Amino acid sequence: MLSIKNLSVHYGGIHALHGISLDVPAGQIVTLIGANGAGKSTTLNSIMGLVKADGGSVSWNGQEILGAKTKTIVESGIVLVPEGRRVFPNLSIDENLTLGAYARHNKAEIEADREHVFSLFPRLKERHKQKAGTLSGGEQQMLAVGRALMSKPKVLMMDEPSLGLAPLIVGMIFDIIRKINEEGVTVLLVEQNAKAALEVANTGYVMETGSISFSGSGKELLADDRVRKAYLGEM
Amino acid sequence: MNTLLTQNDTQRRDRMLTLGAAVIGLGLLFAFDSMFDRFTMQIFKLCAINVILALSLNLINGFTGLFSLGHAGFMAVGAYTCAILSMSPEQKEANFVLQPIMPVLLNVQMPFLPSLLIGGLLAGFIGWVLGVVTLRLRDDYLAIATLGFSEIIRVVLTNAQTITNGSLGLKGLPRFTTMWWAWGSAIVITLFLVLLIKSTYGRAFKSIRDNEIAAEAMGIDVLNMKVLSFTISSALAGIAGGLLAHYLTTIDPKQFIFLKTFDILLIVVLGGIGSITGSIVSAIVVTVLMEALRFLDGPLNLGFMVTNGIPGLRMVFFSALLMIVVIFRQQGLMGTAEFSWNSLARIGLLPKRGQKSGKGVE
Repeated sequence: MLSIKNLSVHYGGIHALHGISLDVPAGQIVTLIGANGAGKSTTLNSIMGLVKADGGSVSWNGQEILGAKTKTIVESGIVLVPEGRRVFPNLSIDENLTLGAYARHNKAEIEADREHVFSLFPRLKERHKQKAGTLSGGEQQMLAVGRALMSKPKVLMMDEPSLGLAPLIVGMIFDIIRKINEEGVTVLLVEQNAKAALEVANTGYVMETGSISFSGSGKELLADDRVRKAYLGEM
Repeated sequence: MNTLLTQNDTQRRDRMLTLGAAVIGLGLLFAFDSMFDRFTMQIFKLCAINVILALSLNLINGFTGLFSLGHAGFMAVGAYTCAILSMSPEQKEANFVLQPIMPVLLNVQMPFLPSLLIGGLLAGFIGWVLGVVTLRLRDDYLAIATLGFSEIIRVVLTNAQTITNGSLGLKGLPRFTTMWWAWGSAIVITLFLVLLIKSTYGRAFKSIRDNEIAAEAMGIDVLNMKVLSFTISSALAGIAGGLLAHYLTTIDPKQFIFLKTFDILLIVVLGGIGSITGSIVSAIVVTVLMEALRFLDGPLNLGFMVTNGIPGLRMVFFSALLMIVVIFRQQGLMGTAEFSWNSLARIGLLPKRGQKSGKGVE
């Protein structure tokens, strides 16, 4: 279980996270929804050690990981699919996947995982020698997810995987998220597409300007008036 | 089964071709050595030195994506270190006429190889120190910082009279850089870089170039990798500087002004930022053109007018060429592509894989 307590982050003078707390139980899909600038990405980035937090704790199976090096965090089984996909455009799909396994050394296991990723995304296998920059947005998102899976994660954190994708592709991405979760990977999902996210999630947290305003199960939040008004565009 | 055979066939074909090319290349080097006159040989050696310089600048600018402009400084460090270590005490005494050389350095004399390597190591060490300090900077800030550094090196060399003989420079260095030294170093360094780029390190460099944030999220220690690439690049520039010193047999601080860096940058941009093949081809072509176009600097009869010779007109040609490349073919000659036997086969210069395997199966 990944447990975040009182996490607080400043960017210069801006207080981005006002001591947020959330729990990600093993095997679940937890989603963090909220408007632009609420601090969702900052939460994920500070868990990964990409952004320096100034207070609080992130414990992963009882171990404190706040302040650890990103490499250590990846090795411990937490990985981030960054916002906007961020594949390596001039490198081939194969090389992108190999880089996903950067923190690992067992070649046979890495190759087995590469085959597993290819079985999840057959499109990537067809084009494995192609440069990632030549892929479509949806394919790039698949590659970004596949690359993250190459680190053999126990927790997969995804930052707005539906951003800028066609509705059909968004549906596919959410199917994949469910499938990955069924294979035993815990998922922490940050989304602006609140409806799609809450539909797959066991638990949801709603963030507003750097703090968590309320939480509940995915179904509860979907039915909640405040959520319906603010994020689902219903009156 | 069929595809397996094809692949083995291709691999065997590539190995044979590589071996053949290596033998022919070596033969050509022998032939050139006895065939060419001294002037042509000088140009030919300069090609090799420029290959090393272009490759080392490409490692940091092209493969790691850091815009560094400090190369002239690292060359200077390598050139001076190598020269001071390899000159005999008598030569040093003859050179240092204004102020005597530091007594510690007077009696040091080493063969060429250790001097060259120590020059490279010292340049690498300075690169490491500079890298740790400046590689937190991004883009143009890094370019400004490294440019400033290379000027600092030049000023230090001009003023450290008891070590470098100041602006008088060092003259009469032994002519150690033979064709074998120049091309031998170029080949060894090329092979080293090919292996480096294909390794985990090389992949990490390229991922930082492509997307630093994603690279960091994969667990790559971005700062350390940048420093590593910068250090290797600086060390190779130092080695090229040492070869250059014993090729020209005369060095002075003015040779290492920042414009020297731009000469190398021109080669890298023309060849393709992020291509080893491109840098090699471009280094050779640009070096040869620099000599071949020397007539542009002399008196010219343009038909409607006769000039008395405009020194530097040659460089106008290269400036124009650079502009044309930047406007019409930003990726340069090769982009990020590399030479491979397969690419030759694809454009029809070699028998295709399919045809060859057909024979193999029968």
